[in-house]
Amino acid sequence: MAIVYERSRGLTDAEMHFCPGCTHGVVHKLVAEVMEELDIIGSTIGVASVGCSAFAYNYFACDMQQAAHGRAPAVATGIKRVHPNHAVFTYQGDGDLAAIGTAEIVHAAMRGEKITAIFVNNAIYGMTGGQMAPTTLIGQKSTTSPLGRQKDQHGSPIRMAEMLSTLDGCVYAERVMVVDPASIAKAKRAIKKAFTLQLAGAGFTMVELLSTCPTNWGLSPIEAVGWLKENLVPYYPLGVFADKAEQKEEATR
Amino acid sequence: MAKELWKGNEAVAEAAIRAGCRYFFGYPITPQNEIPEYFARHMPEHDGVFVQAESEVAAINMAYGAAGCGVRVMTSSSSPGISLKQEGISYIAGAELPVVIVNMMRGGPGLGSIAPAQSDYFQATRGGGNGDYRTVVLAPATIQEMTDLTLEAFDLADLYRIPVMILADGMIGQMMEAVEWNKPKPRALPVKDWATDGTKGERAHNIISSLFIDPKDCTLHNHKLQQKHDRITQNEIRFEEFMTDDAEVLFVAYGTTARICSAAVLKLREEGIRAGVFRPISLWPFPEKELYACANRGGVKSVVCAEMSMGQMIDDVKIAINGTKPVHFFGTGGGTFPTPTELMDAAHRALEGV
Repeated sequence: MAIVYERSRGLTDAEMHFCPGCTHGVVHKLVAEVMEELDIIGSTIGVASVGCSAFAYNYFACDMQQAAHGRAPAVATGIKRVHPNHAVFTYQGDGDLAAIGTAEIVHAAMRGEKITAIFVNNAIYGMTGGQMAPTTLIGQKSTTSPLGRQKDQHGSPIRMAEMLSTLDGCVYAERVMVVDPASIAKAKRAIKKAFTLQLAGAGFTMVELLSTCPTNWGLSPIEAVGWLKENLVPYYPLGVFADKAEQKEEATR
Repeated sequence: MAKELWKGNEAVAEAAIRAGCRYFFGYPITPQNEIPEYFARHMPEHDGVFVQAESEVAAINMAYGAAGCGVRVMTSSSSPGISLKQEGISYIAGAELPVVIVNMMRGGPGLGSIAPAQSDYFQATRGGGNGDYRTVVLAPATIQEMTDLTLEAFDLADLYRIPVMILADGMIGQMMEAVEWNKPKPRALPVKDWATDGTKGERAHNIISSLFIDPKDCTLHNHKLQQKHDRITQNEIRFEEFMTDDAEVLFVAYGTTARICSAAVLKLREEGIRAGVFRPISLWPFPEKELYACANRGGVKSVVCAEMSMGQMIDDVKIAINGTKPVHFFGTGGGTFPTPTELMDAAHRALEGV
């Protein structure tokens, strides 16, 4: 019988801790498959962050470091400077990357640090139990915005892909979602392109993945997918915000 | 080998390069700016890496990442910047990574002053970050000693997989002294088979982490760290005694203050007062038994703990002396030095009270 699908060798056999319907598992799978397809599992070093992404070090089969909250891009910088020819990626949620770690992600991008940031944006703090994130939408209820996020109190949600794409060092920034086979296939292409550009020495690359958090959104997995499409996508448009291919050519010349 | 004239901040950087450190991550702050500047100038000659980070927070985490790859790495700062590094130091201790950290102390609290001080003793020896951890703290009194200790600090960090701090002050950082480049005693250092340098498909993945979510695992980890701390306390105590054999009044001081105490001792002896200095070099592990022995073996009547702080090391001095001798204190905080005359007066007062 022909094998049509296998668990990626980029993942360990560890049982994941994610809630039912959460798309972290899908994102893990995509990163793992990209590493496998590029044949870099043995030369990649990943950086787990703090939040639901904390245990990524148990799930990826490549070497892993676990960073303090928000500091993954700084840790990844240290790693990449030691191993300039290895692929180095961070795996961060929205609290980690867009709140406590904004300085680290902005300056890693500014330096054109040759790493890939895998940014899982589910508009909420998952691990700590559903608090407001910098990406929580106006009006969205969370345990720390029980009446819904108020613009006059908390400002408007932050669009990281757009923001980072303004920096010269950021050669690739794309926002995708992981809700159905077509969008998941597209997300994988984005991750593969980011890793490929990184390995070509082009500069900083990031993929923002709109993801679901059914547990803390208080929705079923199916409802969560619908809510993501109806609410997150209009505010966080999908697409490529930075693609500076000429820098890749320069780097490889 | 001929002696060379070196500025303290540049000497500590050169010592790191001579120890094989090829990765430095830092952020400017007075009075230690010559350290990152020296690395920025000289790392390229050694195919090394210098990165000026966006903050001390980022710099210590870059050091974490590099150390996790198994290379020798240094970061440096001064007091307020070291406060920002405490989170990273706690993680480095938790993940058992070898990193050498330099603190050229200045006056505090807060922005304080940019002048030399010793008011980060608590932070350095107690751990300014969260959790049960220790940092090996080495306190040089001369630039020669700082270069020797820095060369050795990398070996200690590698041997025990622990952060090692060179704790000096703006005085030692900014002044120039003669230095002879020595080699540390050779040590057998463990292979870094834990490093994240790529599995090459030949081994299971390595994980650098301070996270042990199961409290039973975290408890085991804490016991393992404590056993390591006990080994270090057994093996790595450093101290120096100056004219203590017949001392009736004993100064206890480290770094710059110990030098001023030595000057006071010579003047006190001209007056006929037998004074001496016990100088801890390793502040953690603190030479507790050694200080007790020094204070109790001869005719010591009184002890004076002197610091460029309002009284921090004195806690360890009192623990060591354990009530066997009266312990007095003389300190100056905020960035000023004690003068030999002030220290002589402190010795007189300490003897009068006996």
